[in-house]
Amino acid sequence: MPRMNAARKHPVEFTLNGRTVRAEVENRMLLSDLLRHEIGLTGTHVGCEHGVCGACTVQIDGRPARACLTLAQQVRGSDVRTVEALAPDPAVLSPLQAAFRRHHGLQCGFCTPGILMSLDALLRERPDADREDIREHLSGHLCRCTGYATIVEAALAAAEEQRKEETTNA
Amino acid sequence: MTILEKTESLVGRTVERIEDAGLLTGRGRYIDDLPVRQDTAHLAILRSPHGHAEIRTIDTTAALALPGVFAVLTGEDVARLTRSMTVGVKANVECWPMARDRVRYVGEPVALVVAENRYVAEDALDLIEVEYETLAAVIDPEKALAANAPVLHPSLETNLINERSFRYGDPEAAFEAAAHRISIRIAYPRNSCTPIETYGVIAEYDPGEDAYDVTANFQGPFSIHAVISRALNVPGNRMRLRTPPDSGGSFGIKQGVFPYVILAAVAARVAGRPVKWIEDRLEHLTASVSATNRVTTLEAAVTANGRITALSWDQLEDCGAHLRAPEPATLYRMHGNMTGAYAIENVAIRNRVVLTNKTPTGLNRGFGGPQIYLALERLVHKIADELGLDRLDVIRRNLVPADAFPYRTATGGLLDSGDYQAALDRACAEGGLEALRQRRDSARAEGRLYGIGYAAVVEPSVSNMGYITTVLTPDERAKAGPKNGAQAVATVAIDPLGSVTVKVASVPQGQGHRTVLAQVVAERLGLPMQAVYVNTELDTSRDAWSIASGNYASRFAPAVAGAAALAADRIRRRLAAIAAGQLNVTADRVDFKAGKLVDRDNPDNAVSFGRVAAASHWAPGTLPDGTDQTIRETVFWTPEQLQAPTAADGINSSLCHGFIFDFCGVEIDRATGQVRIDSYVTMHDCGRILHPGMVEGQVRGGFAQAVGAALYEEYAYGSDGSFLTGTLADYLIPTVMETPEPVILHHETPSPFTPLGAKGVGEGNCMSTPVCIANAVADALGVEDIRLPLSPSRVSEWLYGEERPPSKPQNAIPVATGASGQRMLTGSGSADVAATRGAVWAMLLDPNTLKAIIPGAHEVRKVTDTHFRAEVTLGIGPVKGRYRADIRLSDMVEPEAVTLSGGTEGALGSGRGMGRITLADTATGTRIAYRYEAAIGGKVASVGGRLLDGAARVVIGQFFQALARHAGGGTPRSVGFLQRLSALFRRRR
Ligand code: FES
Ligand code: FES
Repeated sequence: MPRMNAARKHPVEFTLNGRTVRAEVENRMLLSDLLRHEIGLTGTHVGCEHGVCGACTVQIDGRPARACLTLAQQVRGSDVRTVEALAPDPAVLSPLQAAFRRHHGLQCGFCTPGILMSLDALLRERPDADREDIREHLSGHLCRCTGYATIVEAALAAAEEQRKEETTNA
Repeated sequence: MTILEKTESLVGRTVERIEDAGLLTGRGRYIDDLPVRQDTAHLAILRSPHGHAEIRTIDTTAALALPGVFAVLTGEDVARLTRSMTVGVKANVECWPMARDRVRYVGEPVALVVAENRYVAEDALDLIEVEYETLAAVIDPEKALAANAPVLHPSLETNLINERSFRYGDPEAAFEAAAHRISIRIAYPRNSCTPIETYGVIAEYDPGEDAYDVTANFQGPFSIHAVISRALNVPGNRMRLRTPPDSGGSFGIKQGVFPYVILAAVAARVAGRPVKWIEDRLEHLTASVSATNRVTTLEAAVTANGRITALSWDQLEDCGAHLRAPEPATLYRMHGNMTGAYAIENVAIRNRVVLTNKTPTGLNRGFGGPQIYLALERLVHKIADELGLDRLDVIRRNLVPADAFPYRTATGGLLDSGDYQAALDRACAEGGLEALRQRRDSARAEGRLYGIGYAAVVEPSVSNMGYITTVLTPDERAKAGPKNGAQAVATVAIDPLGSVTVKVASVPQGQGHRTVLAQVVAERLGLPMQAVYVNTELDTSRDAWSIASGNYASRFAPAVAGAAALAADRIRRRLAAIAAGQLNVTADRVDFKAGKLVDRDNPDNAVSFGRVAAASHWAPGTLPDGTDQTIRETVFWTPEQLQAPTAADGINSSLCHGFIFDFCGVEIDRATGQVRIDSYVTMHDCGRILHPGMVEGQVRGGFAQAVGAALYEEYAYGSDGSFLTGTLADYLIPTVMETPEPVILHHETPSPFTPLGAKGVGEGNCMSTPVCIANAVADALGVEDIRLPLSPSRVSEWLYGEERPPSKPQNAIPVATGASGQRMLTGSGSADVAATRGAVWAMLLDPNTLKAIIPGAHEVRKVTDTHFRAEVTLGIGPVKGRYRADIRLSDMVEPEAVTLSGGTEGALGSGRGMGRITLADTATGTRIAYRYEAAIGGKVASVGGRLLDGAARVVIGQFFQALARHAGGGTPRSVGFLQRLSALFRRRR
């Protein structure tokens, strides 16, 4: 990595939702700010900027990560995915998103993108995830609206559906 | 769980939400997502690190000189362009959005910066120099009333800003005649429902028209619009206030954004460009708004069999440092239902409002309910216990009887509908109370700590705009003119293609208004839901609204959705008249079905909705005589039941009164004091249910927040006013792991006073659940004096008594809370150096040496021979900040001993300390011995004490190590634990 200094901006290049992006940023710029305010993808939300609420969760190389605790420069060369990449088509929801809608897994929707990114990673890595696994992964997220139960139900339904799909496709 | 599924109509069905597709794909448009003008600048706010201090000087020169900074404003600058915000009681006091000569709470705005981006704006904050003279702070509302208490507002001469007493029926006679008088004293803590999205404001100023245009994630009530306009000194029509399409939760809290609307508006005016401000989480927790904390003494006159004949309330409400609109509304919102779900004829009330060095309070879900029910429902439990009666029997015996509705309460409320006994009986049967009792008994038989709690509450909704005037005396009210009602507004509009748009003056924050309104209007017009488009953005310049507009007091379903139904009905009647001519039938035979208007008796005789609906646009001349247009219909609806307070102070504070009966079982871990909710049953009567899924969502969400309030959450302050819960790692919100699943039951008795029979439902559990859990914990422990939150440390104290200092020394230095209440650190040590005493002495007086040895110092200036100023940067835990240190030398005995005392101050907090350094000759040089005491407050104190203590010790250690190194080597030696401990206890005395 080249030497950086605080006085000027530095280039950063990475893959965002399947496309290469290039930006010039100060080395103190957060990934959350880069995504939201420089690139304009505002689906990733910021609720605390200190790593507790989980609203800013994105996937970096397939793993959930807090965009508010990540410097933009840290994702150089990485593959970053945000909530905008979840739906297969602008007018079609992914099975996880559709399950959230069916089960009323959201109210204000502010915590939702982060939760979706965590659960999407979980269900990809662990298609057999059960209620306890889901609850454990959700425990890194704060939701102030729903009381969580409907989120757990939505995630379970999505997992179930994904398993069915896999058996049919197998 | 009962889900009341109705399929015959759209209303009452759990349909998928219209809002969700956008929110799930990242296409929500919250305030921070909105496009802004290209020249928009960013606002950052410098806040007080002190709970109470005089501002001596503010130097903004360096901040203004920073490239990229457009403007820096202090409280005086803001005051020049604004007026004091309206205060809701008669009192000689001003209320400014930014401190002028004095700060009164940690987090109070002191200066603001407008800069090209947030990063630069925050850099500039660090360059503003403020000199404070700290004052004694008062945090406890009772202590704030003491004769010698520090007074926050000298013009007021006291901290008691308002007091009123009320008398209904004949309470004295009832107490005189009572077989028993039973009372309780209880305190409700400060907490907040803390939405995950923080405040945000985008403001613009047009100097040509002297007009402001502000977008904010404000939630209402729009009575606050008047407060903002007045403060900005413009007519209401020059203060355009808009809300974004989406809001990330509010729960009342976003009412409190309005002082920042004023600040951002003024900042935009001075900077000459639009200004955007997004609050950060530290700011939100420290300085947004919260529930009031309240100390209540409640006494009941009780008959031998447990019937309550009178209540006497004494409420001491703590509204923080300023009485900010609409406070003291928290204290008065429940005024009409101070007797809860009970038929109690005689009531005495004394209400006092006190100011303390804490953040001003405001709306928070439950608004006044949690405070009164914690006292009332604890008391009902206590009455049963003292009289040896069954607790449930005492509740039953006192409930308002089913045949008494609508029931006029002693204080003037009108309980609209209900069958409390039936709801309670159903809850016990369907919720499995008998099984729960057995569970408790067998747990207890095994020696486990298990308890059952109950709570019966009335949940008011749709506030009477007049209730707050109950704080005025009848004379003052007569002078001010009557205030009452609850104007709800909805518009139904039809475009030239015949499609329908609904517009309401409400501001949803996740409640799904768009879906419910589409259901209500589509059902009335015989359309599929998708055919109706709902817009819930509010723009005071363009939309129909009233001071009661907004989304608060659970008014959506009963009032706003009702107004939309009325507007749709009016359009429907006109459309039927128009269609009647085309179908050649009378209007009463026209039915609305599946997008058509049909002859009820001959379904083949039909015309499309669009065609009839568009007639007003295309061919107004064809409308039948006497039939008005169908292009746009706006309904203002206010219920006649909401009258101004009577001369005798009777007030129907809310239109609807839902009923909730909860019971729960909790188990307490003997070893840890942890409270586990084993089972929770909540029965609701919220009138007619419009969308069962959303009602469940409201109940669950409120319940989860109430569990937080009961067990974890408190905005904690040190007694010096320092704020101790500034991050979400300190202010603990329940995660999925801490949130049990309640059993939710419904018993519907439609409200006769609302268009759809609906009542509010969102706030009830915030009122019933904290006290229900508290009652269960009291039952489990046999403890009467319950305090929230029921944290493990508190519960352990009840189990085992107060924690005593360890009998054997441990390796860590315990932290004491000093007399001032700040976090106290003490320590001592020594270091041997290879230099003479004279040389070491000279070093201590030399700014260059000090610069080299003070950790993180950029600059040390000598003010006088014994006074130095230093600029340092320190990182503690997650927060790194710049501090200014002021160091003075005293008690100098050259070259033997010197006392260093001083303070440091910065955006992140403050510290004061004193260290005595002694120099002694040794064979090889000098032994430097030191002993220090330090106290830390402000934002750093709120980031987690353990981190802080360690970090401070490291910093102080580094100072002396560096001194030793500078003087020629040597290693510092630590003093034994016992010495440190004894120093600590001396301090504690
Ligand atoms: S915003 Fe990143 S965790 Fe809260
Ligand atoms: S849906 Fe509002 S915070 Fe989760």
